[in-house]
Parts: sequence; structure tokens; C-alpha cells
Amino acid sequence: MKNMNDRERTYLWMTLPILALFFCFNTLPLIKGVIYSFTNFKGYGSYDWVGFRNYIDLFQDGRVGKSYLFTVKLAVASTIVVNVLSLLLALGLNSKIKFKSALRGLYFIPNILGALVVGYIFNYFFTYILPAMTGTTSMLASTSWAWVAIVVVCAWQSIAMNTIIYISGIQTVPEDVYEAGSIDGATGWYKFKTLTFPLIMPFFSINMVLCMKNFLMVFDQIMALTKGGPAQSTESISFLIYNNGMSGGQFGFQSANAVVFFILIVILSVAQMTFSGKKEEQL
Amino acid sequence: MKKEKVAERVNWPITILLIIGLITVVFPLYMALVIALKQPSEMTNSIGGILSLPKALSFANFAEAMRVTDFWRSLFNSFLITAINLVISLLLHATIGYAVGRNKAKNKFYNFIYLYIVSGMFVPFAILMMPLVKQTAQMGIANVVGVICCYVVFYMPMNMLLYSGYLVNIPIALEEAARVDGATTWRTYWSIIFPIMKPMHATVAVLTALGTWNDVMTPLVIMSGSGMNTLPLAQMTFQTQFGTNYNLAFASYLLALLPILIFYLVCQKQILNGVVNGAVK
Repeated sequence: MKNMNDRERTYLWMTLPILALFFCFNTLPLIKGVIYSFTNFKGYGSYDWVGFRNYIDLFQDGRVGKSYLFTVKLAVASTIVVNVLSLLLALGLNSKIKFKSALRGLYFIPNILGALVVGYIFNYFFTYILPAMTGTTSMLASTSWAWVAIVVVCAWQSIAMNTIIYISGIQTVPEDVYEAGSIDGATGWYKFKTLTFPLIMPFFSINMVLCMKNFLMVFDQIMALTKGGPAQSTESISFLIYNNGMSGGQFGFQSANAVVFFILIVILSVAQMTFSGKKEEQL
Repeated sequence: MKKEKVAERVNWPITILLIIGLITVVFPLYMALVIALKQPSEMTNSIGGILSLPKALSFANFAEAMRVTDFWRSLFNSFLITAINLVISLLLHATIGYAVGRNKAKNKFYNFIYLYIVSGMFVPFAILMMPLVKQTAQMGIANVVGVICCYVVFYMPMNMLLYSGYLVNIPIALEEAARVDGATTWRTYWSIIFPIMKPMHATVAVLTALGTWNDVMTPLVIMSGSGMNTLPLAQMTFQTQFGTNYNLAFASYLLALLPILIFYLVCQKQILNGVVNGAVK
């Protein structure tokens, strides 16, 4: 009996200090953030309670609404582009090719590089090289094209990661499935649609979740490419919260924005998990 | 017989297509390299002038970039933050992963802690950012210490999930045998379980290190008052000093990318394995 207590005490000692640290740097700031969202705090000085006014203002604020539209547009477009291209790339890298491991290694490089520095390199590309090639003005200076440039940079980095996940997914498909399929005459697109894709469905959902979550929180690329411009057309939610909350004197207001963003992320994550969970069960 | 034949045939069209596709990966890096090696006077306005190889090999831009951005100090800060965070994360996350993982099936309290910490994954940095800036300033750790504390906590949900998941593969009989021999729970964990979790340590180390090394937002908001830079942060801080001297800027960017590229070349296999393990589990 005493032994039992000792063991339980050890487990408790292993857990509680780490739990306290987690609370201190995750839950506590989260609670504070929610509290700030009900105040008119500027980031300094005194502040008053304003009830739900920040939230009401939030839904009437054109700039905030625009940043949500932009972020969702960016996330959806990037997710589609990345998943289509990385699935193709994974199929290619998994077929009977020469220099297989070298090619896989090289295609993964974009993923390990820092997004900010990559953004700066692409910034130059979009500002000088591409206009000189095509004879047009810079994409980054155009309100209708700047977001496409950001999609390109996001995709350039993320394709590497998703490809690796798809490759490991394709490798889990047993060889005899294809053999059975080829007896039935399954080839090419038909083989992919009816055999490969359903079997790598779990990996597809992992990639969707990863992509959506990462792209909704996009920050570094915006910072390096456009800083939210031109004419505030590429302000992501994270960028707006950082920019106006930290230095724009909207600490309380942007806290409310952050709370709404947090709820959006939670809803999306839960929805995606239940959705993909159901899909996998069907198999 | 038939199977072997298929294995031998190399699909050349796809191989060639993939090699051509590599241009998209290599081109931005090539562009960065040739610009970094040139002087502003060599940059003509045509693409040919920008993208041609430099006439003479000169590393003057790199030396200048190191001086302007205080390269060694930023590198040291980045290295310090990543290394300390890595050590603390491995120790703490493995420990809580073990304690929670072993108890959550039969104990409601630990199951609650498990769900509580895992749900931390859904909390975006954007909502923690502003309160954390205030909090670290009040605690007097608006510097490297505060950044490390944040990282240790941010990576905890993911890493605890990985560790407690891996624990399922380790038979409980192993611990019971040690206990019969008179080892305390702590000793059992430290000398048997912790070393056995080595494959998971590798995965956790790769994911945590890559994430920490490349992160900009956390040091940007927390250390901005301390006058210290990490390697990526320095690129942002010195944007104005680079001005229109893109040769200098690109030399600096390449220097910032170099450490992680070398690391990748050395431990490519571990990194690829780690990334896949982390994402799939």
C-alpha cells in the first residue's frame, strides 16, 4: 500500500510542476486575452470596461472583415494548390525513377528554410525578375494580384512537407492491392481514383488539416512580401492583430479579434477532425 | 519473374520531368547566390545582368553582411535558444508524456490533464501574443529566457501527444520487473523508459529544433525591447540598413539559411523520418 502511494506521488511530482508552467504561459495569457477583449486598453496607461463593444465594433469594421476574407481566400487557395501539386509530386517520386533518394532530398529543401528569409528572396523575384521577364508591373504592387504571389510562396514551402507525408501514405498501400487491380484492368487515372486515393485518405486529411491551420495563421510571408499592402489588401488576421494590437493602440480591440480568431480555429479543427474521422470509418 | 522485370524498368519520362521540376526549387536559391556574389555595379537592369554568374568571385558582401547584422551574435542567440529549448523540451515533455500516458487510461485526473494540454494545440499564437508581451515584461523575462519559456510551452501539446503515444509500444512488464528489483518509479523512468524512448526523442528533437530555429514571431514580440536578435529576426531588423543594396541583403539572407542547410545535409535521414513521424502520428 505504501509502495502504491510512493508511485502515485512520483507521478504527481512529474506532472504538477510542468502543468504549472503550461498554465502560466498558455492558459493564463489566454484568460488575460479574453479579459482584455472587454476593455478599451491601448497597450499602456489605464483602461475601462467596455462590455461587448469591441465585439460589436469588430463585426462592423471593414478592415477586420477584409482581413478575414483575405486570410480564408489565401488558406483555401493554398490548400488546394499545395495538395494537388504535392500529390502529383509524391506519385512521381514514388514511381520507378532514377536518383530517387537524391530527388526526394532536394525536393524537401524548401521546407527546412525559414519562411521570413524565403519571403525576402521571393520579394526580390516578384519585384524585379518577374516583371522584367513578362514586361508587366510587379505583382506585389497590385491589389488584385499580390495575394497570388503570397500563395506561390506559401505553396513553394509547404509542398515539400505534404509530399513527404503523401509518399509515406502511398508506401502503406500494399503491393497486392495493385496486383489485384491490374488483373481487373485498372490502370492510370482509374487506378489512382479507385485504389490509391481511397487508401491514402487518412494522409489526405492530415494534409488538409495541416495546411488549413498553417495558412490561416500566416504571418512571416506577409511580413516579408507585402507588409499587408498594397492598400491593406493582404493583411492576414495574425498580421492585423500584431500590427494594430502591438503598435496601433488597439490592444483591447485586437484582443477581441484574437478571441474570434481562436474560436474560428477551434471550430475548424473540430469540424475537420470529425469530418475526416467519418470518412476514414467508411473504408 | 514478372515482378522483377517491373522493378528493373526505370521510368525515364518521370525521372526527367522531376529533374526539370527541380528548377522551381533551385532557382530562388541560385538567384540569391549570384546576387550575393556580385557588386551593385555589376547589376544591370536586364534579367541577364542580374542572373548571370559574377565575373570575379568575391566574398566581400558576406563579410560586410556579417558586420552589419552582427551575424555571430545573432547566430549565437539563435543557437542558444534552440539548444536550451531542445534540452528542456526533451526532458519535460518526455516526463509529462510518461506520467500522463501511463495513468490516463485508469485515472480520470490524468485523462483530464491529457485533454487539457492537447487542447493547447488549438490556441493560436495570435491570442497569446499580446498578453504574453505584458506578462514577460512584468516578470522581467522579456528576453531570451521568456522566449524559451514560451517555446517549451508551445511545443508541449504536440510533444506530449507523441511521447504518450509512443509509450503504448513499451510493455508495462518492463517497468514492473524493475519495480520488483526495488527500483523507485523515478529511477525506473529515468534509467529504463527514458532511454527506450530514443526514437521518439529523435522525432521530437527534429520537429522542435526546426520550428524554433525558423520562428520569427515569438522573438519578434517578446525580445524586441532587449536589443537582441535571432538569425531570422536580424534580417527583418536590418532591412532598412540594406536599403537598395540587394547584393548585401542577399549575402545576409544566404548566411541566415546556411546553418540549417548544413544541418539538413548532415542529418537528412533523421530529419525526414522525424517530420513524417510527427505528422502522421
